Amino acid sequence: MLSANIQDQINRELKKYPVDQKQSAVMSALRFVQDEKGWIATDDMADIAAFLGMPQMAVYEVATFYHMYNLKPMGKTTLTVCTNLSCTLCGSADTVAYLTSKLGIGFGEVTADGKYGMREGECMGACKDAPLMTINNKKLCGRLTPAKIDQILAELDKS
Amino acid sequence: MINIEIDGKLVETQRGSTVMDAAHKAGVYIPHFCYHKKLSISANCRMCLVEVEKAPKPLPACATPAADGMKVHTHSEMAVKAQKGVMEFLLINHPLDCPICDQGGECQLQDVAMGYGGNASRYTEEKRVVEPKQIGELISTNEMSRCIQCTRCVRFGQEIAGLMELGMANRSEHAQIMSFVNSSVDSELSGNMIDLCPVGALTSKPFRYTARSWELSRRKSVSPHDSVGANLAVHTKDNKVVRVVAAENEEVNECWISDKDRFSYEGLNSAERLTRPMIKQGGQWIEVEWAAALEYVANGVNQLRRSAGSDQIAALATPNSTFEELYLLQKLMRGIGSGNVDFRLRQSDFSADGKQDGAPWLGMPVAELNTRDRFLIVGSFLRKDHPLLAQRIRQAVKLGAQANIMHASDDDLLMTVTNKAIVAPADLPGVLAQVLKALSIEKQAAVPAEVADVTVGTEAAAIAASLASGKDGAVLLGNFAQQHPEAVQIALLAEQIAVLAGAKFGYLGGAANSVGGYLAGAVPFGGAVQGMSAAAMLAKPRKAYILLNVEPELDMADPQAAMKAMNSADMVVCLSAFKHTGMDYADVMLPIAPFTETSGTFINTEGRAQSFKGAVKPLGDARPAWKVLRVLGNLLDVPGFDFDTSEAVRDEAGIAGNLSNHIEGLALKGAAVTPAGLQRVADVPIYAADALVRRATALQKTHDAATPVAMLHSSELQKLGLNSGDAVRVTQGGVSVQLTAAANDGLAAGTVRVAAGHPATATLGAMFGTITVERA
Repeated sequence: MLSANIQDQINRELKKYPVDQKQSAVMSALRFVQDEKGWIATDDMADIAAFLGMPQMAVYEVATFYHMYNLKPMGKTTLTVCTNLSCTLCGSADTVAYLTSKLGIGFGEVTADGKYGMREGECMGACKDAPLMTINNKKLCGRLTPAKIDQILAELDKS
Repeated sequence: MINIEIDGKLVETQRGSTVMDAAHKAGVYIPHFCYHKKLSISANCRMCLVEVEKAPKPLPACATPAADGMKVHTHSEMAVKAQKGVMEFLLINHPLDCPICDQGGECQLQDVAMGYGGNASRYTEEKRVVEPKQIGELISTNEMSRCIQCTRCVRFGQEIAGLMELGMANRSEHAQIMSFVNSSVDSELSGNMIDLCPVGALTSKPFRYTARSWELSRRKSVSPHDSVGANLAVHTKDNKVVRVVAAENEEVNECWISDKDRFSYEGLNSAERLTRPMIKQGGQWIEVEWAAALEYVANGVNQLRRSAGSDQIAALATPNSTFEELYLLQKLMRGIGSGNVDFRLRQSDFSADGKQDGAPWLGMPVAELNTRDRFLIVGSFLRKDHPLLAQRIRQAVKLGAQANIMHASDDDLLMTVTNKAIVAPADLPGVLAQVLKALSIEKQAAVPAEVADVTVGTEAAAIAASLASGKDGAVLLGNFAQQHPEAVQIALLAEQIAVLAGAKFGYLGGAANSVGGYLAGAVPFGGAVQGMSAAAMLAKPRKAYILLNVEPELDMADPQAAMKAMNSADMVVCLSAFKHTGMDYADVMLPIAPFTETSGTFINTEGRAQSFKGAVKPLGDARPAWKVLRVLGNLLDVPGFDFDTSEAVRDEAGIAGNLSNHIEGLALKGAAVTPAGLQRVADVPIYAADALVRRATALQKTHDAATPVAMLHSSELQKLGLNSGDAVRVTQGGVSVQLTAAANDGLAAGTVRVAAGHPATATLGAMFGTITVERA
């Protein structure tokens, strides 16, 4: 079952679309689930399908098409590191190596305590600040250096 | 109309049509995979790239609208270079396993690769591998690596079957066709995806590795199951049917067939096939020669005629029998002086017999369903009873038609339903009366006196308003309405509604020869000798029964009455393709040929007579039933039984009978009293509807063939103190069976849905009536 909070959010989203086009809200619905649970299980997709009156497979198509949906648990905080051209030229490999040494996880993995997960990301559209990573797809962090990463992780540890 | 030039040929084509359409008109072939005339355009395979003058690059013919004066080259250097390039890309990931691929020899990709592919690949890297998925018992996805992602199967689900069961997950290199979390594809039309797949990614599970396509002989045939009369191509190898695929007939089945039409052939090769005539002597079945068996039948019939009178002999046939068989059966019966012949086995209201103007039919050509703008569908398990008619109605609804449903069970029709009235079976005529009254008022016509007193409910008013607002409506009666104990009242009300609404009135025919049976005269009225209806023959048991294809406990409206009559009869003669429970009560079993082994005719619900030839020789000593009946006629000295061919039988019978749904001389009745207690709602599950499909092994493993459960509305379950999943004892006519209870909130209050036509429920009573449910 979708939580009352998610249902509220989807209902608010649905106001943007014609009543017979409820499936337009599918991307938002998936996002609301991920915001609340950290990832999207197939059961959640089935619930969304039922809520929006669309085929389950159509929800699954959308969820698997877009990279920013987590289809398995990715820890409390998901760090997504951009590895596209600009970031790579500016040293994203070092960012990944530093995060791996610090957290002991590679791409697609979660720390043993479930706090952090790391994913490989696509261009975040802010190449002037390369190398980049995002926190939970919401907060963009640029010009990453080991010191800056330490600082970010320290803040995240506190919260 | 606009003019366009394709490869130098001038073609006139409709504005808004595509270059591909115009090319078809001009007879120019453009290679393609994802394009299909019945599906939406997706333009994702890019194989149909052509050169259009003044366009800077090649354009996909399937998605490019034709414009006046357009000049298209399909074989120019630019076009061929583009097509070859696409072909090379498509072959990058396609495995070179044609020698072991089921599609080999009938593969679009293979054919097009012959024309446009290189003789070697420049690609030396690893090919992608896609894991097989489990999507049910009918379609194999074991070699999904072969998929070229044309998405025809996905679009078929969305647009034709009405439910998107397959989809394309992930993207780019990782894109895969799959179902949601390995759920099975349960559409009753799913097999068409196998035909649609241009490569060997979706293959037929029952057929896999049985034969190579070039070893097969292809014979045209007609489906013996539902009343559409879908055209089939029966593929045979070594005198055995190994596969059935769709044959195109735009006016009947378009290019689709239902899974029942496609996979029921497995029943033809069933171990239960009856292959030798048998006589029961001293409680033991012994195999005999045909001459001895027929002699035995003739002697038995003659003895009974003398001792008890011809009236004591009765004949029952399924509506899946051919027109010729039905004609000869009734001719034989009338020849020996008995009018007791009927093929309407599941019908329970015979009060209109002799009062109909003609054979009840669809009231319009099948193809006209697509053009209706309003539907009132009364008492129909539409999707399961008429998969292809449901598909046509679905297309009409997509174009804006309104579907109104009146039934005891709110099954998902996979289309938008505008209004529905879900009521218990006994209330069905009452709601129709409400609609009639509301529509009379709406149309400012005189309200018929019989319905003047009814109170119009909101649902009936909404249905009436919907019908009144349309121009080309259709009021259709389904199997449930035709089997209803008040079927004639329902028909009378429906006809008046149709007349008021200016709509066509029709019956969704129950089976392949529901119209043909009437035209063949296989009914107890209208002939020289009047007789008893199917129900009367059981109510007043006869001394002898001749059963043509009938399994009484599964095919009849009241299995209890049927079995009682069979068990008490002095002689029962079964003409059957299969061994069945007749082995317990019959005296003679005569092996007859199923539809692939005989010639014959089916007259579908629109009155279209379609004759077919046998595809293979009869199995063992089985013989076409028309030949068996002919010899019986000769042995019984009935004149006019000297037919050389089934065509001669057909021509004597005459296929051009009168079709009419009008009933003369019967008046509407007032409201009926609702009986106390739970009412039975009996569907005949799609894969339990006739003897052949009951023995189709793969179909019997699907969800639609699951053992029947006792379905009740959750409020009814609560009243009985039951939960979904509890074992319950269902009792009707003094016999109980144990079933599992299941909640189904689509059912009307006061009803229990217990399927008929299945061995698990075959000892229960009539398909309609009261029934009790209690904790087991």
